[in-house]
Amino acid sequence: METLGGDWEELVGAALLGTERRQGSPEALLDAAAVQTVRRRAGLRPAEAGPRPEPAPRDPRPVPPEAARRRLAQLLAGRSAAAGGGGRRGGAPDLTELLPQWLAAAGRHGYRAPAALVPALLEAARARTDLRPQALALAGARGLWLARLNPDWRFALRGGPGGAGALPELTDAAGVERLWQEGLFAERVALLGAVRAQEPAGATRLLATTWATERAEDRLMFLDSLRVGLSEGDEPFLEAALGDRSRNVRATAAELLSALPGSALAGRMAERALACVGPEGVVPPAECDAGMLRDGVVKRPPAGRGERAWWLGQLVEAAPLSRWRERFGGLDPAEILARPTAEGWAEELHAAWCRAAVRQRDPEWSKALLGSAAAPPAAGPGTASIAERAKLLSVLPEGERAAWVAEFVRAHGLSEAFQLLGVCGVPWEGVLGRAVVDALDAARDAGSYPWSFSGVMGLAERCLDPAVAGALAEADADADADADAGAGAYWAEAFQRLSATLRLRATMLTELTPPP
Amino acid sequence: MDLTGPAYKCSCPSRKFPCKHALGLLLLWAAEGLGEPAEAPDWASQWLAERAAKAARPAAGAAKPVDEEAARRRTERRAARVGAGVTELEQRLADLLRGGLAGQEQTGYAGWEETAARMVDAQAPGLAARVRELGTIPSCGPGWPARMLEEAALLHLLDRAWLGVSALPEPLAATVRSRVGIPGASGEGEAVRDHWLVLSQYDSVSADGRLTTRRIWLRGLGSGRPALVLDFGPPGRPPGLALPVGLVLEAEARFRPGSAGLRADLGERFAAATPCARAPAGVSTEAALEAYGAALREDPWLDSWPVVLGPVVPVPGELGWQLADAEGTSALPVALTGARSRSGLWQLAALSGGGPVTVFGECGHRGFTPLTAWQPETAEPVALV
Repeated sequence: METLGGDWEELVGAALLGTERRQGSPEALLDAAAVQTVRRRAGLRPAEAGPRPEPAPRDPRPVPPEAARRRLAQLLAGRSAAAGGGGRRGGAPDLTELLPQWLAAAGRHGYRAPAALVPALLEAARARTDLRPQALALAGARGLWLARLNPDWRFALRGGPGGAGALPELTDAAGVERLWQEGLFAERVALLGAVRAQEPAGATRLLATTWATERAEDRLMFLDSLRVGLSEGDEPFLEAALGDRSRNVRATAAELLSALPGSALAGRMAERALACVGPEGVVPPAECDAGMLRDGVVKRPPAGRGERAWWLGQLVEAAPLSRWRERFGGLDPAEILARPTAEGWAEELHAAWCRAAVRQRDPEWSKALLGSAAAPPAAGPGTASIAERAKLLSVLPEGERAAWVAEFVRAHGLSEAFQLLGVCGVPWEGVLGRAVVDALDAARDAGSYPWSFSGVMGLAERCLDPAVAGALAEADADADADADAGAGAYWAEAFQRLSATLRLRATMLTELTPPP
Repeated sequence: MDLTGPAYKCSCPSRKFPCKHALGLLLLWAAEGLGEPAEAPDWASQWLAERAAKAARPAAGAAKPVDEEAARRRTERRAARVGAGVTELEQRLADLLRGGLAGQEQTGYAGWEETAARMVDAQAPGLAARVRELGTIPSCGPGWPARMLEEAALLHLLDRAWLGVSALPEPLAATVRSRVGIPGASGEGEAVRDHWLVLSQYDSVSADGRLTTRRIWLRGLGSGRPALVLDFGPPGRPPGLALPVGLVLEAEARFRPGSAGLRADLGERFAAATPCARAPAGVSTEAALEAYGAALREDPWLDSWPVVLGPVVPVPGELGWQLADAEGTSALPVALTGARSRSGLWQLAALSGGGPVTVFGECGHRGFTPLTAWQPETAEPVALV
């Protein structure tokens, strides 16, 4: 603001030095200063405006209904409150778990974030990377516009989904070319993904233009990004990459090719594998020749593994599973697995088939390898490792997956089910939800403490179908009945929190009605 | 929430009022609405009738016989004490100017704290607060000598005004008394009945943490008159009066004399509060500063004046933010107070998206402090503090 200047500066100078050193009385100086001060304040004028920001692009998406807007504000405020408070949560619902769901639901309905909440949303996304894609998508153009003004929110501009606002139109060949040649790594990955989503062949063409000059780790990352939407069309490019200078690039190319059952590499691997394994027994390869090396077989086994078994595993893993039926005279996967195998090779072979089933996303083999959920883990035909089972489960259709896990939970309880539950579709409906609630109930009756199940509880808050809240209320009532029996009080609290969270989740989702 | 109505009662022994049960019902009501109101049961209608009867009975008992003679003596005694304090403060200011401000950076705050304590003893809390403020200026960064001279000069002006208060015209004399810290009676003053729009409500805690002050800015939709309603709370407890931003209440406001006619107390309310459907009309940056300047004529100690600015565009800048007129090249600098207002500023920016918005705030010599903004499309108010 500009002011009527005049002798104000002089007065300040005199005041700094003091009237002792200059002539004049302090009272006179104060009198003059008082007059000047009030005059200056009364005569204030507006300043010259600085350069205005570009207006944010209009976001055509609708704003969520009012109740949902209020809920979002609450969830975002709860986030900071929880961060500050700490301490025991007691029976209060867990808001932090609900925020991602709200964001996902709002994203599905095609809403945008209310403008006033965009800063809080960006703050939340800054603190929690897992929220970023959804939060940024919801914040949309307004979020990017704000992020350019505040250095704290730079992360929003750094590529990734929702942050890829700076991508050129894909029809603009020159623009695509320029960004590909000059862009930052993240921008180039985003560009590659966008091009690939529209025209798969275009992406590999783009990659080929600069492939020879990329650094090895960048080549690896680009190759890895082809995993999404992998198709037969990528084979020539991957086949070429088998001759790459970098061992890791070669291995990744081979892995991707083996996930394409129709590829030449898969055919070569099948030939080798079928020669080693058949109804007559198992004869592991005698040597690792140049052809195998080129197809991505790693020659040196890790410490403690025999090299022939190591090679066998890699061959079987990369061979198309569909070829085994013919090799074993028309047997289906379950029957092949049930056959007695030569002593010492069963474990190696099954592990390799598990990896193949996951890589080729073959539900029939996965189901056979998983075996019966109720059987004790060690007796299964496939694998005893929970992590491998979780991977196999992810290949099954959602309904079968839930049914299998439900059976597992009924038979073995919850203590090992955490990873398996993690791959189930959300929400856990009917049989699965019921099985989890029953198992929690059983754990309480058995005298365990709820915090032994905190992982599953947290997952349940996010994933249980709100419809089972009723069953929970029953369990809750039971828990209340023997609340003074040691762990009972803690269980009552845990159940209360769980059902409160579920109820809140249900209300939250009903508030978020689809736009008219 | 608004504590005057609707009414509630609960049989629980909680000392908090409203108790958690009543709060829960009110929250349900707010979130989901009520069904068709059923016939009130006997006990409830009886209670309601009693309540209505109590409200209708005016505070008749309050009018106690006043011993006027004693009151006058008390006032005189206090005036004498304040006068002694003022004279001492004048001495202190003269010493300050005689020695020069340059030494202040070294002498530090302790000396001023002592002077402030003397002013408290002299029953002039308004002077004490200004003295404390004055003492902190030398540590406030570049440009402090000018600011310190301003504050010292205004304090001197207040001292001189107090010493000659009997000769001043009445509204100015009342302003001087309230600035010195002598409480005015809340009952007297001009009563204005209007539809009052709540523009902002925010709390600030005193430096020693012993008192929470709640400021509620109102604006009469008919008269256009601004009003400031204050309420106070002890530490840890929010002040009792709560008026959500954007509500309109038809009520009588009683303005206290002095202080540029801002300070008001809410009297009788005539109807339940209703939300306001549109943003108030705003003025340009130039008009905002003119309004502040005009108010200084009545109260030269005024730091800011309530203004609805609009349409304006928030402009971020290296050195600070501005609010620029949507048309033309004029702008007001944004004055920041604390971390909360920084997040409020980002909210304001988010609302604007680079476009024009309507903003309410306090406009003064330090700049404009935004307090409330209205969503451009829906006219929904958003509190920025």
